Amino acid sequence: MLSADLTASCEADGFRDAYPERFFSMGMAEQNMMGFAAGLAREGLFPFIHTFAVFVTRRPFDQVAMSIAYPNLPVRLIGFLPGITTAGGVTHQAIDDVALMRILPNMSVLECGDATDVESVLDVAQAVNGPVYVRMLRGEVPRLFDAGEPMVLGRARVLGEGRDLTVLSSGICTEEAMRAIQALRGQGLSIAHLHVSTLKPFEDPAIEAAIAGARLGVVTMENHGIIGGLGSVVAELMAEKGLGGRLIRIGLRDTYAHGASRRYLMREYGLDAMALVRAAEDLTSTQFDLTEEALSRVRLETMSRIDKTEDL
Amino acid sequence: MARIHSQSSERPTVDSIRSVADAVRRRVLEHTLTNNGGYLSQACSSAEILATLYLRVMRLGPSDASSIPKPFAGVPGADNPDAFTGAGYNGPKGPDFDRFIFSPVHYALVLYSLLIELGRLDPNALDAFNRDGSTVDLIGAEHSPGHEVTAGSLGQAISQAGGIALARRLRGDSGRVWVFMSDGEFQEGQTWEAFAALAYHGLGNIGVYVDANAQQCDGPMDSVMCIEPLGDRLRAFGAEVHEVDGHDPDALAAPAESMAERDRPLVVIARTDPCRGIERLRERAPKLHYVRFKSETEFETYRTLLNQMREGIR
Repeated sequence: MLSADLTASCEADGFRDAYPERFFSMGMAEQNMMGFAAGLAREGLFPFIHTFAVFVTRRPFDQVAMSIAYPNLPVRLIGFLPGITTAGGVTHQAIDDVALMRILPNMSVLECGDATDVESVLDVAQAVNGPVYVRMLRGEVPRLFDAGEPMVLGRARVLGEGRDLTVLSSGICTEEAMRAIQALRGQGLSIAHLHVSTLKPFEDPAIEAAIAGARLGVVTMENHGIIGGLGSVVAELMAEKGLGGRLIRIGLRDTYAHGASRRYLMREYGLDAMALVRAAEDLTSTQFDLTEEALSRVRLETMSRIDKTEDL
Repeated sequence: MARIHSQSSERPTVDSIRSVADAVRRRVLEHTLTNNGGYLSQACSSAEILATLYLRVMRLGPSDASSIPKPFAGVPGADNPDAFTGAGYNGPKGPDFDRFIFSPVHYALVLYSLLIELGRLDPNALDAFNRDGSTVDLIGAEHSPGHEVTAGSLGQAISQAGGIALARRLRGDSGRVWVFMSDGEFQEGQTWEAFAALAYHGLGNIGVYVDANAQQCDGPMDSVMCIEPLGDRLRAFGAEVHEVDGHDPDALAAPAESMAERDRPLVVIARTDPCRGIERLRERAPKLHYVRFKSETEFETYRTLLNQMREGIR
């Protein structure tokens, strides 16, 4: 494990204390850290890097591209504080990390949405022959999915089936989507919902089928800019497969954010449950009588996959 | 030719190293004439450094790569098991063998020429130089003969070499990691991040030879961005630094010949002359980074010069 001065901030201090001989502090010097990881990987080791997502993907981008991604080395890049999950402001908010890592050949991109994802993502990453970027969560993380159903590479979690709309959500937006979808179902809408944890490769047939089956349109919902992330992947898929229908991309709309609480920013930038209600209203040309209070009263149960055989 | 060096072979003389270096210069000049362009001044500055590394400093086994370079087998990837690096020209990997990491890969022609003079590469290998579908790239890539890592974005190889050195220490290898760098790379912030890390982690199994020719793309380095006093800067970063005449094989080899266990990176700053051995180049200064002859007169001048250089060895 290589560290760039954010060990406890990334909750890696437990590993450091348990395996001090396998922990190497590289200081605040991410470019060099990427090269060291590349060299270790060339010698047959499996380096894990952790720091804030902005310092994995933006600052040392050329080093990740040339030293790690080009030679397809098995380096695992664990990026914390995705999107607006931090009050640290623009310098700490990774709103373009999925886009940056997705455009690199050989790179796989994973994102966690709950505690079960967090617990299982390292095993998923370790099974990949090549570099992997993980959008990781820290601190108090809700458990949305059954602890006995780990993340599976290249497979979305089918959380609900429906004919009117298909919602594809990732990361912390899945919890918001679950809240809105439960309320919208109460209004008579039939909604398919899939939680996406593998952003690249993006080849899940269940996603394609869900998009094809949506009568009125598709909504993507991500804690990231709408350019280059989940919304873009889905748009590319729909265009290439000729899957008609409208697509609404919920996410940061070509804007930076600023330092404030997650709850405040999700509302300000339209990443919350109400944003999905508005998108559903747009696609169905219907006004739903749903207030923020009503949405916040929605109780979420831990979800199991709908179709286990397909997901496994 | 065919002087394959290994630890057991007799120590090459200074004269033999010099003659290899001169042959490298001739080959690069010949190629620059044939192809109307080449990194000629880099051959002038680095020929003795690279020849000394291969003949005196590094413990390498014989090449285990194809004498005629294989064609490009595609970029590395999970679905391409055929991708390869050019490290095999530096011999097999093994706990006791040294490794060579080539950082300023625009010097590739110089390295190819040296590998030919050492019998590690076929004399006709340069026929594929800069040809479509070949691995004998203009700017060396990790698949190019003698190359092992992707290094063309300058300042990245030293960090990768650091990771290799760290892994080798963890494994208990006795072999060392040698890095060849250009002085311009010390303008990159990453280089200094790397030296801080090498010193902090006490990596004494890594040695760096720097071709300090004081030239870069835009001209003399002190007119672009000064890096001096390089030795003092590196010492302040915790390296063991030697500054030597970069054209003197004995002086170049001496710092590496101490078998004492090190706990810090070794740096040999080789002060070099970008026109060494081809005096005529001096009239082109300060435009020395990439040499291209313009007029037929100039071609003729250098052709005559090449013939004189060839006659000089008879």
